[in-house]
Amino acid sequence: MSSTPTILEDVTGSEASLRRFLHGLPGVDQVGAEARAAGLATRSIKTTAKAYALDLAIRMVDLTTLEGQDTPGKVRALSAKAMRPDPSDPTCPATAAVCVYPDMVGIAKEALGTSGVHVAAVATAFPSGRAALDIKLADTRDAVEAGADEIDMVIDRGAFLAGRYQHVYDEIVAVREACRRPDGEDAHLKVIFETGELQTYDNVRRASWLAMMAGAHFIKTSTGKVQPAATLPVTLVMLQAVRDYRALTGQMVGVKPAGGIRTAKDAIKYLVMVNEVAGEEWLDPAWFRFGASTLLNDLLMQRTKMTTGRYSGPDYFTLD
Amino acid sequence: MSRIDVRKTYKLYIGGAFPRSESSYTYEVLDSKGKFVANAALASRKDARDAVVAARKAFGGWSGRTAYNRSQILYRVAEVMEDRRPQFVQAVSQSEGLTASKAGAVVDQAIDRLVWYAGWADKLAQVVGNANPVAGPFFNLSTPEPTGVVAVLAPQDSSLLGLVSVVAPVIVSGNTVVVVSSYERPLPAVTFAEVLATSDVPGGVVNVLTGSAATVGPWLASHMDVNAIDLTGVAGDTELATELEVAAAENLKRVRRAPAAEPDWALDPGLDPMTAFLETKTVWHPIGV
Repeated sequence: MSSTPTILEDVTGSEASLRRFLHGLPGVDQVGAEARAAGLATRSIKTTAKAYALDLAIRMVDLTTLEGQDTPGKVRALSAKAMRPDPSDPTCPATAAVCVYPDMVGIAKEALGTSGVHVAAVATAFPSGRAALDIKLADTRDAVEAGADEIDMVIDRGAFLAGRYQHVYDEIVAVREACRRPDGEDAHLKVIFETGELQTYDNVRRASWLAMMAGAHFIKTSTGKVQPAATLPVTLVMLQAVRDYRALTGQMVGVKPAGGIRTAKDAIKYLVMVNEVAGEEWLDPAWFRFGASTLLNDLLMQRTKMTTGRYSGPDYFTLD
Repeated sequence: MSRIDVRKTYKLYIGGAFPRSESSYTYEVLDSKGKFVANAALASRKDARDAVVAARKAFGGWSGRTAYNRSQILYRVAEVMEDRRPQFVQAVSQSEGLTASKAGAVVDQAIDRLVWYAGWADKLAQVVGNANPVAGPFFNLSTPEPTGVVAVLAPQDSSLLGLVSVVAPVIVSGNTVVVVSSYERPLPAVTFAEVLATSDVPGGVVNVLTGSAATVGPWLASHMDVNAIDLTGVAGDTELATELEVAAAENLKRVRRAPAAEPDWALDPGLDPMTAFLETKTVWHPIGV
């Protein structure tokens, strides 16, 4: 069962039609996209707008720990931080989710309880995606059964770069299927492109359309394990894709830049771009997320600066 | 044919680089007779913030170096200053209105002071540390540790000797520093920054802001990531000094209080400028003696 809108059913029928469609997408003007992203990054956001942006950015954070050295204790600590990022200030909002490896989902779920903070799990042989399909699906089901609310999958970049679009498409559809829970609800599916490996903005645009047609709820830039990770121009291209996709099909898809966003200043640049490129409806944790860990501390420091009037320091916030 | 003037607009020194002020403001620097000399960057609170971040980043590396190595680097600063002596003499003479020979003497004193402090790097622990006799079979040892990031408001009158006399004692023990230069006489500080940039001092250990202590000072005094502040630069302005001390109390900064008037920098500084920015770490060794 596919969730492709009827208007695009002809496209996803065969490898050839998929290729024809994706290669028929207008090319990205690289210089233009970079200049536009740089231009939007110069906007000055101050006072009440800044306070709003900081709180919004905190609500959009997928607080992430994806290390080989993750322990249950670390995941619990991270979950506590996600629920109450600034324990000294009850007006500080919670983050959107914590993002962990599948084996940590149960621990995160238990720690988060009914707080409303989601648990996102990376699956499908993250970060390389180099495994057989049934292993990827088992990985996904495992995370969903453990209670993950959101699944972050990686696409097969090798197949994508080799032009085997149907293969990538089918894989996303299959993972989406594996995200179903017995109660009929879906775990939300985020599709990671690893844009640092896709080489061109044209490829980013093609991957965005491919994933959206295959039923992604979110499209995500990177795993955070490859440099360059999220950049403003790449996110700009993806925001254009979700905007155009909604114009064509009426369906809204979210965007998640991840990796390399470390300062509140950067986060606000992204928010400006979301507003200007995709539109105001995307300025919501349901449609835009930041995959980050260190970003949260900087957001909290800026927030403290705004409420107390003095610059804060890293000594006053937990590590990670 | 007359040569076209090379008009200078100096920049700040933050994290080993020379950025313009984030606010992009500059101000005119006049010599002692009121004649235009150059433009200097007017540091804003955001430059102070960036400088603190740079100083914090540099602290681990600088404080982790051996005292011997810090000593060598300070000596190297003195060497490079000696090489650029004529430039310093001109800057001091222009800013402070001294004759060339008097300015030369001031520059010599500044260089000598650096050499003097360089010698202290690996001797401080012996002088202010101790092996403490305690009532138990323990080996008990107190050693001095750097305080952390220190904000320094440099003296307003003595633009070079005063500057060196407040910066060197802070960094010799492993602290990193954000220094606000004299407002009306910033050019010796700018040249000093150029010396630091070319003399093995890691970026971020000394950050030089040119501008007003009254504007930038309160932000540094209230900054939660600054561990200590030296108020020498607001000597005589009791109202501002009090305001800064109150702001500094929020995170229990160490404060070196503003003197009633700027001291005579030619005098022997003693140990106080160094010990003001040290913490004492005491370790109990449960091995018996």
